[in-house]
Amino acid sequence: MTDATLAATSRHAIGRTGRFIVYAIVGLIGVCLFLAPFLFPDVRSQEVASRICVFIVLVASYDLLIGYTGIVSFAHTMFFGIGAYGAAIALKLMGPTWTALLTGGVIALVVSLLLAALVGMLSLRVKAIFFAMVTLAAASVMAVLASQLSDFTGGEDGVIYKIPKLFSPATKLLTDENGKVLKIFGVSANGKMALYYFVFFGSLLLYLVMMRIVASPLGTVLEAVRENEMRAEALGYRVVFYRTAIFCIAALIATCAGVMRAVWLKYTGPDTSLSFAIMIDILLMVVIGGMGTMLGAIIGATLMSLAQYYLKDLMEIASEATAGIPLLPDLLAPDRWLLWLGILFVLLVYFFPAGIAGTLMKKGAH
Amino acid sequence: MSSASLRTDKLTRQFGGHTAVNAVSASFHPGELTVIVGPNGAGKTTYFNLISGQLWPSSGHIFKGETEITGFSPSSRAKAGVGRAFQLTNLFPQLSVLENVRLAVQAQHGLGHVIFRTARSFKKLRDEAHAYLEATRLDRVAHLPVTALPHGDQRKLEIALLLALKPDVFMFDEPTAGMSVDEAPVILELIEEIKKDASKTVLLVEHKMDVVRSLADRIIVLHNGELVADGLPDEVIALPIVREIYLGIPAEDAA
Repeated sequence: MTDATLAATSRHAIGRTGRFIVYAIVGLIGVCLFLAPFLFPDVRSQEVASRICVFIVLVASYDLLIGYTGIVSFAHTMFFGIGAYGAAIALKLMGPTWTALLTGGVIALVVSLLLAALVGMLSLRVKAIFFAMVTLAAASVMAVLASQLSDFTGGEDGVIYKIPKLFSPATKLLTDENGKVLKIFGVSANGKMALYYFVFFGSLLLYLVMMRIVASPLGTVLEAVRENEMRAEALGYRVVFYRTAIFCIAALIATCAGVMRAVWLKYTGPDTSLSFAIMIDILLMVVIGGMGTMLGAIIGATLMSLAQYYLKDLMEIASEATAGIPLLPDLLAPDRWLLWLGILFVLLVYFFPAGIAGTLMKKGAH
Repeated sequence: MSSASLRTDKLTRQFGGHTAVNAVSASFHPGELTVIVGPNGAGKTTYFNLISGQLWPSSGHIFKGETEITGFSPSSRAKAGVGRAFQLTNLFPQLSVLENVRLAVQAQHGLGHVIFRTARSFKKLRDEAHAYLEATRLDRVAHLPVTALPHGDQRKLEIALLLALKPDVFMFDEPTAGMSVDEAPVILELIEEIKKDASKTVLLVEHKMDVVRSLADRIIVLHNGELVADGLPDEVIALPIVREIYLGIPAEDAA
């Protein structure tokens, strides 16, 4: 063997340890999310856990575009929003029934598919930067529409609605011999638990679908398009077709994520689904987790959601603990949490240039 | 002679005011290996790019058999049986060697759109990919990413990809460039192997005279984008104009 191949082989061995660490982290997150209603039963933790589930799907579907295929799109929240508004408006107009949810979901999926196919076919032929601009414009138009068509969308106030009865806290999933709701490890098996598991298993299913996609022959073609578009074309792969196809698939998955988020929140407004802040969250999560790894989505979405929800609390504690020391309590004041979040991102990107999962599992040179 | 498998008709490509390929008409036949020679800048690679579709011609036509493929995209040309290996290594750097070849195999089988089955489960694709890696002596590095390969191995992989496409028309652009003396014979043997198949057409751009002499059934000379000579190797090499432009010997000295 030559030196180069030997070096590559030893890098391979390092990659194996890294891969084990990543699998361990992902496994831990998976178990925590699965047992979240029992481990973290308070309302705020439940919200965090459900947000993590939905964002894992959203970030992973974005990773299909940016990490696997090399498509930069800023329209991912548009599809997320279409899903959320589709479910929200249908539930509002038709009442809190499964038919309403299904109708809203299906209409949202159709709208997303049409829009994605249109944007994809019109502009995936052009340069990446131009495509990114087109998606940005489309997303802005959608956000403006949502706030202007207030009869329909509730404008900036959004839509409040009821969800199917199965998910109401009064619903008894299981009852004990007295006819009261059964408690499992002290947690009521009520509609809230059903709602959480609706989100959890929905997300799990979508995630597994995406894992299957990246392991399929099509998944390798996507990577080939990212790596060397010209050569992929020379092998006989129509690059425009593959780009448009994955853009549509990612859009459909984001739409499903939007539906789940809308059901969980019982409220849909621009800030929860269409805002550009969510798009930035997705971008940061995919970069921190590691582009083109799929597992990175789990790590990125979890880390970032936890930081967004708990960094402030953590700093409050730290600030109080350091009360006697000069300067430190001021630096750690909870109002400065965004500053520290920023520093955390810079450090993460510095020490994990390919994202956490990407850097740990790296298989080759660089 | 049997009918042409590939034909270019007055194929021309201009870059601004510069004519890189100027009205080149040539036919290539099954069972024939044609070497295209010419000095640097003669238009050999441009001519290849026009045939495989990386560039559009300014004018002229290209036919694969009876079908005109002038307006085809590169992917359609590949599907029509025109396969190309590139001069500058042109692979998928972050993917493994095996995945690179599997991409070509799966393209040849038309399985690229399969989405709900894992690539691993297609044993046929993997076995076939492994066969091409063995043929090019790359089986030992199958699981390394391309970036970890030395240059010579990357060149071999380039050839493996072309073989895996099973084209009717093979286009090699300086296949042994940058290879060590013990690596080049592997590639030359593979080309010999293809040449034996009477249904395959081979186009080869090559500089090394010993390779040209040993492989060529026919030589085409390009100079300043024009086809200046076309014929049997010994005849073409003996032409004064060829000695002048290609070997750098002025015509009067050679005579």
